Amino acid sequence: MSSVDATGLAHHFEDLEQQREAATLGMWAFLVTEIMFFGGLFGAYVVYRTMYPEAWDNASNQLDVFLGAVNTTVLIGSSLTMALAVRCAAKGNNKQVAGFTFLTLLLGLVFLGVKVIEYKHKWDHHLMPGPHFELNGVVGGHEQIFFALYFAMTGMHAFHMIIGAGLMLWVIIKALRNDYTPQNHTHVEMIGLYWHFVDIVWIFLFPLLYLLGKHGHDIAGAATGGH
Amino acid sequence: MSSNHPHITPLKTYFAVFATLIVGTWLTYWVAYKDFGWLNTPVAMAIAIVKAGVVVLYFMHVKWQSKLTMMFAAGGFIWLFTLFAFTLQDYWTRDWMPIYK
Repeated sequence: MSSVDATGLAHHFEDLEQQREAATLGMWAFLVTEIMFFGGLFGAYVVYRTMYPEAWDNASNQLDVFLGAVNTTVLIGSSLTMALAVRCAAKGNNKQVAGFTFLTLLLGLVFLGVKVIEYKHKWDHHLMPGPHFELNGVVGGHEQIFFALYFAMTGMHAFHMIIGAGLMLWVIIKALRNDYTPQNHTHVEMIGLYWHFVDIVWIFLFPLLYLLGKHGHDIAGAATGGH
Repeated sequence: MSSNHPHITPLKTYFAVFATLIVGTWLTYWVAYKDFGWLNTPVAMAIAIVKAGVVVLYFMHVKWQSKLTMMFAAGGFIWLFTLFAFTLQDYWTRDWMPIYK
């Protein structure tokens, strides 16, 4: 079954460099599909925000900016520890790879924990779209569309992070087995690309979901020459 | 195989990127409470694009990858732009044609 030699080179590649190049290209092809996947959600966001700008400001102001900012910082920190883990792998220091990956995993779990607190709060305050949705005494309303997209976008993002957490465990196990060498650490490098991508999605989600209603005016109305 | 020299990014590059991302987050937060009229979202997006850019170039090592990988990475954003352009040229122009109201 296994046609991989002692250095981790699969038989269908000329050398490790070609193998790494192919993996990088493949990973980016996957990330392009991910960009388009989240792109659809962002597209829906722009369309509906343009249609109902006031409802969106109103709904956005229900989110906890402090928790959103904390989570942004936590996720940026996890991207740093991930980058450092890959750097240590390139130097063949497996112990530090395990350490930094464990830190990345920990920060990822903090992020998800904060998300749970936020979701619980929205649930308790009837901000879940559906028959019981209620905001400022009004049942229903276009604010529901914002919350539908809020849960869809942050939910898909959190789902990616849960997968990422599983991948971190995989990296930790491989690092503890001393699997990474300066010549071949493509595994942790590719998982790093995935983790950074998830960070980038959040970099856009934070201002678009948490901060849009903070200044009183709205771009969406202006964009169509609406109100 | 001996031709394989892994790229080791200097530590201070990573910390500079981290600092840029933290300052960018703080800046995003700060400008959100200023009133720039319709420019608020474009300003927030400009900061986010710079943040995403440094992540792609430095954390994701695209700066040191092959030209082919760079094209793949850029391709993702070109297609994303296409998706937005064709969606919004419909939705953002519907008001211009009163007959469809």
